Amino acid sequence: MSSIAGQRFRVLPPQRPAGRNRPRTTREQLLTIGLFVIPGAIIYTLFLIWPIFQAGYFSLYKWNGLGAPTDFRGLENYLQAFNHDVFQQAITHSLIITVLSLVVQLPLALILSVTIGRKLPGRMIFRSIFFLPYVFSEVITAIIWGFVYHQNGMFNTIFGTIIPGYEPITWLADRNLALYAVFAVITWKYFGLHMILYMASLQQVSSEIEEAARIDGASEWQVLRYITFPMMAPTIRLTIYLSVLGSLNQFVLIWVLTAGGPANATHVLATYMYRFGIKSFNLGYGSAIAVIIFAVCLIFSIGYQRTIMHRDYAGAVE
Amino acid sequence: MNARKWLMLTLLIALLSVSAAAAQENVVVRWWHIVTTPAEFPVHMEQVANDFMAANPNVTIEITSLENEAFKERLATVMQAGDPPDLFQSWGGGVLWNYASAGLLRDITPELTADGGAWQNSFSAQAALNLFKYEDGYYGAPWNFGAVGFWYNTELFEQAGITELPATWDEFLGVVQQLKDAGITPIALGQKDKWPGHFWWVYLAIRTGGQATFEAAYTRQGSFADAPFVQAGELLNQLIALEPFQDGFLGQTYGDEAAAVGNGTAAMELMGQWAPGVQRGNSTSGEGIGDKLAWFPFPAVEGGLGTPSDVLGGGDGIAVGVNAPDAAIDFLKYFTSAEVQATHVEVMGTLPTVADAEASVTDPLMQTILGFRNNASYYQSYYDQFLPPAVAQAVLDAVDGLFNGVLTPEEAAQSIEDVASMEL
Repeated sequence: MSSIAGQRFRVLPPQRPAGRNRPRTTREQLLTIGLFVIPGAIIYTLFLIWPIFQAGYFSLYKWNGLGAPTDFRGLENYLQAFNHDVFQQAITHSLIITVLSLVVQLPLALILSVTIGRKLPGRMIFRSIFFLPYVFSEVITAIIWGFVYHQNGMFNTIFGTIIPGYEPITWLADRNLALYAVFAVITWKYFGLHMILYMASLQQVSSEIEEAARIDGASEWQVLRYITFPMMAPTIRLTIYLSVLGSLNQFVLIWVLTAGGPANATHVLATYMYRFGIKSFNLGYGSAIAVIIFAVCLIFSIGYQRTIMHRDYAGAVE
Repeated sequence: MNARKWLMLTLLIALLSVSAAAAQENVVVRWWHIVTTPAEFPVHMEQVANDFMAANPNVTIEITSLENEAFKERLATVMQAGDPPDLFQSWGGGVLWNYASAGLLRDITPELTADGGAWQNSFSAQAALNLFKYEDGYYGAPWNFGAVGFWYNTELFEQAGITELPATWDEFLGVVQQLKDAGITPIALGQKDKWPGHFWWVYLAIRTGGQATFEAAYTRQGSFADAPFVQAGELLNQLIALEPFQDGFLGQTYGDEAAAVGNGTAAMELMGQWAPGVQRGNSTSGEGIGDKLAWFPFPAVEGGLGTPSDVLGGGDGIAVGVNAPDAAIDFLKYFTSAEVQATHVEVMGTLPTVADAEASVTDPLMQTILGFRNNASYYQSYYDQFLPPAVAQAVLDAVDGLFNGVLTPEEAAQSIEDVASMEL
């Protein structure tokens, strides 16, 4: 494998013939470029870059969000956050959800996609059923699952009917169970997206190569392991990326299902920010949390793209 | 386009802008309330607005009716964006004062004190009105103020063989045990929403510490980690140890709580004066438990600094946003007038805040609560509204920690003090 630099070089446009003067960009061309870039750049700056700097600025103040911030506190908000046990728990919960997403949600989607992505009677029906949860809005999903998990809800009713002597489980009220109950809903909602991505990628896998492997005596598992999965690798890398960022930004499902409770057992980064920043009218503190979440996502994003995903941009298939 | 067409177009535009200017004399009042259940209550709110609009044809009242939790979240957002509704639900106290100090509310003192203070003096519940006072201004007015107490099911109490209502905390624990022994769920609680549970701890703190302890902590002469606040947690833990709540209460909402009492599956709840209506609205039959519902006040705590006539209470008021037109204040005045409050009593069973409407309270339970409110030796508004938002949230979290068994009474009190020491 060539070096990173070498790989990046390959994606550059074809070199112009050497020895000739490169045509200079005319004023007219610059004007055209400018005209096309400026609207986008303005919107991008106004709604993305500017708020980030604003959050950074607010995070240095003790500020209730009403009027202008005046009470400068330096890095106090950040220190307070890292010393707050609930914030530490929120970080842990976010990491648990991220890891579980990677080891449960993605493999599940992958298995389903190779099962129903090929020749299976009625696969369109399965595809629609599995993809359906992704189409629902998050709030609706959370409310539906609120009923399912309710003390007198679907789960307890079904289990109570089929299991003799079943004691109703307090799914969302049990501190040791609530986070996993919430994770199950996240999985239910999002595995369909990953499955569809995998299925699309599966279409790209040439059946001739798989066929050839089978003729050479490869078992179905070997075909999957050595041919199909490697050829799907760019998509798998992409879904890992989406899954991690999605997990770190999880908010609506959790807020509606448990509001971070019971006793902070399901707080993740975003719900923590909302509860202790916005609901407590502590916008300076909330901004500090936002900056921390932003930093975590940015570091992951850049790191992952540089080390893992750059191959895909270079158009290489491993 | 020729000159003639231009002329026509110009004339048309001029005409349109004139009619638009005429239309601007019409005033729109945006009003957010949280009266959503049972169904006849929001209809009554609409009726009151319609009556006012009929008498004032240039005023349009745009009603947004929001469920309690949704309202609190949406209001926090618009407040931080600096765009309050013209009129909105408020419980007064620290949360409201927070808005007032940021200049987000309109001072209605001129209207209150006009005509020799006619409107201001019409309020019999001056303590309630004062919850809407910040520094020298008034920023809203109350229309339903009562007391938190026990709403219980007389039939279930009889089944458990309870002949006497508890007068002390120890007797109360005995009653809970009796109900449990009879196989009845003693208490309904919707702890997911946190505020229903905070009533328990606050009422105990009022009994153990009385007015002096709270005011010392609030004015920073004392501390929320002082002994009475710790003791409140210890007493609450005595109750929690009996496991008196419905299964899964930690993950359920106030709606679930009201349903449990309204369906007769739990014997009682500690709740404000609005409880009967919400029980009806959330019950399967839509009727609640009817005349089996009765009320008793929070019991005394032996050796506590508070007295049994100290009241945890509060209720509903309407606050006025900074950009509200005069018509909004006219409507508020109309809404809190004795005649209109009498209709609130009739339809919604509220506890009126003006003396002339008190006679219209005919429900004996409501009369009891009204007397309890009016004779309070110390009237304390709910901590989660009276204290500034950050401290309020800390109280909710601390008490939630007690119910979940993750905080000791000392830790709970200290966690409130930690935030109070920064915010108060």
